[in-house]
Amino acid sequence: MLAQQALNGLFLGAVYALFAVGYTLVFGVLDILNLAHAAIFTAAAFAAFSLAGSGMPLPGAFVLAAVMAGIIGILLDRVAFAPLRRRNAGTLVPLISSIGVAIIIGAVLRAIYGVDERHFTTGGLEEAPAIHFGPVTFTTVELTIFLSAIGLMIVLSWVLRSTTLGRRIRAVAEDRVAASLLGVNLERTIAATFFIASSLGGAAGILTGLEYNSVTLDMGAPIELKGLAVIILGGMGSVTGAVVGGFILGAVETFAIAYGLSPWRDAIVFGVMFALLVARPTGLFGKRALRQA
Amino acid sequence: MSVLVDFYAKHSRLIDQIGINAILALSLSVSLQAGQLALAQAAFMGIAAYVSAILAMNAHWPLLATIAAGVAAATIVAVLLAYPIRRLRGIFLAIATVGFGEIVRVFANNLSITGGAEGISGIPNDATTPVIYVSLALVALVLVLLARTKFALAVTLVREDEYAARGVGVDVGAVRTRSLALGGAIAGLGGALYAHAAFFIAPTDFGFGRMEEILVWCVIGGVTSPLGAVLGAALLSVLPELIRFLADYREITDGIILLAVILFFPGGIASLWRRGAVRVRS
Repeated sequence: MLAQQALNGLFLGAVYALFAVGYTLVFGVLDILNLAHAAIFTAAAFAAFSLAGSGMPLPGAFVLAAVMAGIIGILLDRVAFAPLRRRNAGTLVPLISSIGVAIIIGAVLRAIYGVDERHFTTGGLEEAPAIHFGPVTFTTVELTIFLSAIGLMIVLSWVLRSTTLGRRIRAVAEDRVAASLLGVNLERTIAATFFIASSLGGAAGILTGLEYNSVTLDMGAPIELKGLAVIILGGMGSVTGAVVGGFILGAVETFAIAYGLSPWRDAIVFGVMFALLVARPTGLFGKRALRQA
Repeated sequence: MSVLVDFYAKHSRLIDQIGINAILALSLSVSLQAGQLALAQAAFMGIAAYVSAILAMNAHWPLLATIAAGVAAATIVAVLLAYPIRRLRGIFLAIATVGFGEIVRVFANNLSITGGAEGISGIPNDATTPVIYVSLALVALVLVLLARTKFALAVTLVREDEYAARGVGVDVGAVRTRSLALGGAIAGLGGALYAHAAFFIAPTDFGFGRMEEILVWCVIGGVTSPLGAVLGAALLSVLPELIRFLADYREITDGIILLAVILFFPGGIASLWRRGAVRVRS
């Protein structure tokens, strides 16, 4: 029972972590809160649904939809953030313009897909027998989702740590002016950051759609605010922190449900977040962690 | 005269909404003027809405008494909230207060006295247009009177430079607590009126979506201008009605207008007639 709950927490947490990593990456680099992240999460799930529905194999649909999410992310930056960056508009105004983009993305999705729930046909994955491993049981779909999320986070960690692009992103996060003086192309690095963050957020959306086999217009609403809790828990701007925070949230939610506290689950999550903010605003890892990734 | 009567009969709901929305926008504007991105207005609004609805339905209190009780409850909660968040600034303050709002929503969703997810229906529909606009006028009067006091000066100082404010002896904590309490009281007034104008309330009426909406009004209007906040609320309440022929694209136009104002009018609508004498400054 305990092992099963812990495993369920891990599965849930992996997707939360993947979503939050993109959220926190943008904050770490630009010091802005991107409230369109959840809209991109939803858009990618719908894109994957359409691609898979048109006959593309699921892995192909997944990759292509995540890339599309990344491109939406670059456009988001050009429309909502880049003009404000040139004006030094602070933190509040970009937050509002990202709400504007989120409204537009939501409206476009509604115009295309309507309000009905959509289901994937997962290419027989859902019919694969459940896997029994010692005291725990899980499905092939759950395992695939978990491994995809973990794999993407490992790739991100490698990119940030060991590639030129990763070093540029970390340099810009550390000090935008100094990085620019040292020859880092600021706009290109920021565009790359948005591509990475949004394609990961999109991937999280596709995986969430697969997990519940349901794609809806409002699927991004719960994770938008829970994602905030996760990045606060880990420390704003810390990628490692977002991953750890995602797994903590997954565990807290799973155990809240297991102990019959399901209706109070969100109050527990946000209560923990509030208490942590009051006691330790830098979170478990703090912003340093991205710069030193 | 009959033209006016017809106009009112046709649009009374919208007119009432504009008044309530303007009160809510003013409530957030009070916090923003003190430089606090405290986003708990929807929660304060909800607390007052539930308190006044429950007192009206279960205890049969008269309208004004239920409004007063709602405002008092929202104010007390705001003062209690001010203490733990006293050291938070900027985006961290915003997130903490949004989290607080979610907690309030979960409580409204799970308690039996609030009717759970179904909410409360059958609230006496007695917040008439005069009640709403007299309330709005009272709020405006209080803010205008406050604008002439030392408190307003301290608020501006805290917003522009907290350290300088401390340096000249301003009690920053007290200024923050008072502006949060004032904002909470005004949001409570808006919430109580909302309950008595809407007939029906549910937890989703006071969630993050509502908070976003109020924030958008203030930013469109011009962040630190109370008059701008009122105009922003009025404009965005009326706009969907004016462009009804675009009904199918309403959300898209909402998003585009929001983006356009932010990108092209950095100071919000209030900045458009900065040279006019009407600009109310704190």
